[in-house]
Amino acid sequence: MSKDNYDHVETSMNEELSAIEKTVLSDYKYGFVSNIEADEAPKGLSEDTIRFISAKKHEPEWMLEWRLKAYRQWLRMEKDEPRWANLKYTAINYQDIIYYSAPKQKSKPKSLDEVDPELRLTFEKLGISLSEQKRLTGVAVDAVIDSVSIATSFKEQLSELGIIFCSMSEAIREHPELVKKYLSTVVPPTDNYFAALNSAVFSDGSFCFVPKGVRCPMELSTYFRINAENTGQFERTLIIAEAGSYVSYLEGCTAPMRDENQLHAAVVELIAMDNAEIKYSTVQNWYPGDKNGNGGIYNFVTKRGICQGLRSKISWTQVETGSAITWKYPSVILKGDHSVGEFYSVAVTNNHQQADTGTKMQHIGKNTKSRIVSKGISAGYSNNSYRGLVHVGRKAENARNFSQCDSLLLGDKCGAHTFPYIEVKNKSAVVEHEATTSKIGEDQIFYCNQRGIDTETAVALIVNGFAKEVMNQLPMEFAVEAQKLLAISLEGSVG
Amino acid sequence: MSFVENYKEHFEQLLSVKDKKELSGIRENAFNAFAEFGIPTSKHEEWKYTRIGALFNRPYRFLLDPSHAVTVADIDAFRLPGHQEANELIFVNGIFSSALSKIISKGLAVVPLEEAAADSRYKQLVAAHFGNSGHYLKDGINALNTALVNGAVFVQLTKGMAVGLPVYIYNINDARKENIFSQPRSLIHVTENAQLQIVETYFTLGVEESFTNQVMEIVVEENALLEYYKIQNDAGNANQVSTTHIRQAGRSYVHTVTVSLNGGIVRNNLNMILEAERCESHLYGLYFQKGKSHIDNHTVVDNVKPNCFSNELYKGVMNDESTGVFNGKIFVRQQAQKTNAFQSNKNILLSDDASVNTKPQLEIFADDVKCSHGCTVGQLDEEALFYLQSRGIGQKMARSLLIQAFASDILEHVKLAAIRKHVEHLVAERLEF
Amino acid sequence: MLNIQNLQAGIEGRQILRGINLEIKAGEVHAIMGPNGSGKSTLASVLAGKQNYEVTSGSVEFLGKNLLALSPEARAAEGLFLAFQYPVEVPGLSTTNFIKTAVNEIRKYHGREPLDAVSFLKMMKQKMALVNIDQSLLSRPLNEGFSGGEKKRNEIFQMAMLEPKLAILDETDSGLDIDAIRIVSNGVNKLRTKDNAVLVVTHYQRLLDYIVPDFVHVLYNGRIVKSGTKELALELEERGYDFIRNEADVEQEA
Repeated sequence: MSKDNYDHVETSMNEELSAIEKTVLSDYKYGFVSNIEADEAPKGLSEDTIRFISAKKHEPEWMLEWRLKAYRQWLRMEKDEPRWANLKYTAINYQDIIYYSAPKQKSKPKSLDEVDPELRLTFEKLGISLSEQKRLTGVAVDAVIDSVSIATSFKEQLSELGIIFCSMSEAIREHPELVKKYLSTVVPPTDNYFAALNSAVFSDGSFCFVPKGVRCPMELSTYFRINAENTGQFERTLIIAEAGSYVSYLEGCTAPMRDENQLHAAVVELIAMDNAEIKYSTVQNWYPGDKNGNGGIYNFVTKRGICQGLRSKISWTQVETGSAITWKYPSVILKGDHSVGEFYSVAVTNNHQQADTGTKMQHIGKNTKSRIVSKGISAGYSNNSYRGLVHVGRKAENARNFSQCDSLLLGDKCGAHTFPYIEVKNKSAVVEHEATTSKIGEDQIFYCNQRGIDTETAVALIVNGFAKEVMNQLPMEFAVEAQKLLAISLEGSVG
Repeated sequence: MSFVENYKEHFEQLLSVKDKKELSGIRENAFNAFAEFGIPTSKHEEWKYTRIGALFNRPYRFLLDPSHAVTVADIDAFRLPGHQEANELIFVNGIFSSALSKIISKGLAVVPLEEAAADSRYKQLVAAHFGNSGHYLKDGINALNTALVNGAVFVQLTKGMAVGLPVYIYNINDARKENIFSQPRSLIHVTENAQLQIVETYFTLGVEESFTNQVMEIVVEENALLEYYKIQNDAGNANQVSTTHIRQAGRSYVHTVTVSLNGGIVRNNLNMILEAERCESHLYGLYFQKGKSHIDNHTVVDNVKPNCFSNELYKGVMNDESTGVFNGKIFVRQQAQKTNAFQSNKNILLSDDASVNTKPQLEIFADDVKCSHGCTVGQLDEEALFYLQSRGIGQKMARSLLIQAFASDILEHVKLAAIRKHVEHLVAERLEF
Repeated sequence: MLNIQNLQAGIEGRQILRGINLEIKAGEVHAIMGPNGSGKSTLASVLAGKQNYEVTSGSVEFLGKNLLALSPEARAAEGLFLAFQYPVEVPGLSTTNFIKTAVNEIRKYHGREPLDAVSFLKMMKQKMALVNIDQSLLSRPLNEGFSGGEKKRNEIFQMAMLEPKLAILDETDSGLDIDAIRIVSNGVNKLRTKDNAVLVVTHYQRLLDYIVPDFVHVLYNGRIVKSGTKELALELEERGYDFIRNEADVEQEA
């Protein structure tokens, strides 16, 4: 970010403070349920469910076969449902979930103006306009509700540059050669329990292909929303950046308030060729459950990128404030020589939320670099764990890693945990890990009070200061939103 | 016959041969735990990087009988410097030998554990502390030691006594004829306001394999002070899992230094349980490995009550094809406000085939604490190397000087001068590449 | 402006202030001096509303309001400013952002619109010149890594920005060399008007060479045992606190 931009953020931060205050007292504001008729699969999971999904999406035979194979794999993995994370939750009943729910629309709209008005309203409420005329910020949006992509904006403009940005379903139909070539090359269905499940039942997601030498001129963005009851969302995202290209992608997530837990198990794959760069940002604000820990989203996500080419770069930035349970480790495989992997994370847990999140940096190529900055903020009765792996392989000459993991505790009923794993098999590596734990001091609050700043605002200021290094990585359109989210998530946790 | 069945035979033999009512309940529970947990595999989070399964696939002589062929002269070859002015406790093949041991300090009681468990003076202490390590080490290997406890010893230092002379503990395996499996066990009670220095070492006679599965439990009462030094420099086919479990009462002070220079697969568990307010603990470790040795230092610092302080520094130098593992865990319980806990692990890799895995971990449930951890893996500082070379020091010598400097951070914490010189000498010897 | 009547307060059940009486009028500079442990900093903290301090008796009226009933931020908004003896470090929070928030929160308290970026910047430039503070200091995280002098200068800069009615300087000279004391004092003097007042809390007389007080009070054992003009400060410097101690103890016995 240039100096000018930086100053701008600083100013907008100030201006946003009163907004933070206003929102501090509001509850989860994305918790509305839209009254949209849905086309659903029956509850439960079987080969029939998968055939149903595949048929609904008019998928080619190879895709159905691929799904069924993943499903059989998943059945064999029953004993492999991960238990190692620092998370406590009641077992998920996989037969009690609806695996496909699509908003009823007569046919796929040809233009955005044809989108069901109720749907458009839903997105307006989320602050996302699907109308290209109203969209001034230069962000192309793909909107996914429950399981299905609703609309993708700025498509024409992007396709002039050869950039494909569409829903995954559309990509399977329109660009099967690309999907076949890249799908599951980074996260195979056998990778883990939830990846196998996702491969079997994924319903939609975003697909992005940036051709050689093209710098994508705008931020690409997907908004995910779970709307229907008893529904799981299983999106699948695939981004390919060909040699010398650049793309910045953002995703936002919200869900209505429901008493029952809902499952979200996504898979995201990124592929960066020679000199390509992918920047992937997430602001995750799934419904976290109520103050007593009832309801909320179970968020089990596999995100992984591969720096396939020379001097390629993948950067993950995440602001995690939602979900009852978060299980998520956006990773980078540093295969190309001189490739760079980054992970910037702010994870906030309040009330009874639990997060076990971090990253894996696999150094394989020579002269690879990775950087990890993780900021965990725990309040209420929540538990917040950082779990990260830095692996330097035998042939990864001159690998460099620096990790910084800081925890901030608000109150004495919550927990902050740090579990770094560092494996080094090459003597030329330099790996450094630092971690600290601190609290918001009474003296800091009093100092702010003495200057006329009330306690809630003081906490917001200190938390934003704590998280700044990560927030600065977010594209500007998201930075302000993310700051507001931090304040809302910590509402009532101090004082 | 599976290994559980194999050890069940020993277990039953032990129960039938000796009448040890006081311990039989704990023993039986432990055996059931062993049968349930089994030998830890790499799927066990605490054993992810250290695989000991294969060690149980070979035949060992496992002796319940205290008779042995080790003589005073055999031991003389390995005695630690300063032994003339020290108490010496000797375990042979895991069984305490009072004949070979030497107790010269007043106020130091050394009693077979079975007797202590039945003695009205020690009974309650044994009941309260024996087997406490099992609450922290949930694996079959710890349970196995407790299940088959035999020839164990209870050591107590009288209230207010500052033993002027240290206690040297030798764990000897006689592998001159066959592979040996041994399980030394001890419970040490440092009473209120007393002071004790312990130096522990291990050696294997002969060229056959040995496997030591040791558990030492230490209780440090109020205002008491303990220094504990562990020196491991055994043969390349001498494997061990060595547990030191220390419980600290209020205002007590514990200082430990673990120096590991050689062995086969070596796993050290060091648990510091800070059970009362204002305890202070220092944990230092140096591992400097060669050949194919594998060293795993697992430490736990558990802050249960407020106002405790702990500082931990472990340093590793890995050469040849050796592997180093560091796993340090700091717990800060909800009550333990105002805890200060620091942890640092630094590693240098010297060769292409050496590797290191490190897991420094914090688990914090109180908010008013100062905790930090850090770890680094790297090479010798190139700039420092160049600086020394530019002053006319040859590369070999310069490297050796830098490693010595790296190690001295740890060795300077060995407060017994004779022992410090001894380990410094061992490190210097190693540096003559 | 400020009227303290028989103020008794303590911390964790330990009584420190044993009945303070003090009146400060607009335009005045008062100094409170006293040996270590006499209750100087406690008085400053109690006036600013620091948590954990318990007022057991007495009253404090500030500009016609019951000060003790107000939250710390409301006291600040009403115009009470405490320059901390040990300014607190907040990593990651830029000094500018912090001050802007404070200025606008106080404006909000008084029902005024927040300052726009341009006016704020203008105001900052003007006050920076007044107290001689460097711009680079203001873009750094709040007090983090500041030298002792920088921290105190930052306190005075904040005072300039917030334009308080009553400024309490708690041991502002501690840890400063003479040059730094001069700079800080100049800043304070430039901010003085006939409408505001300053309460200087200090152990030593030297700060009072630069910020000349109208009244000097000696605090001993939780009470003001002697009041006078600036000459009292000089006398204290010359004779040390022992003579106060002796006088006070004799009085107490009597």
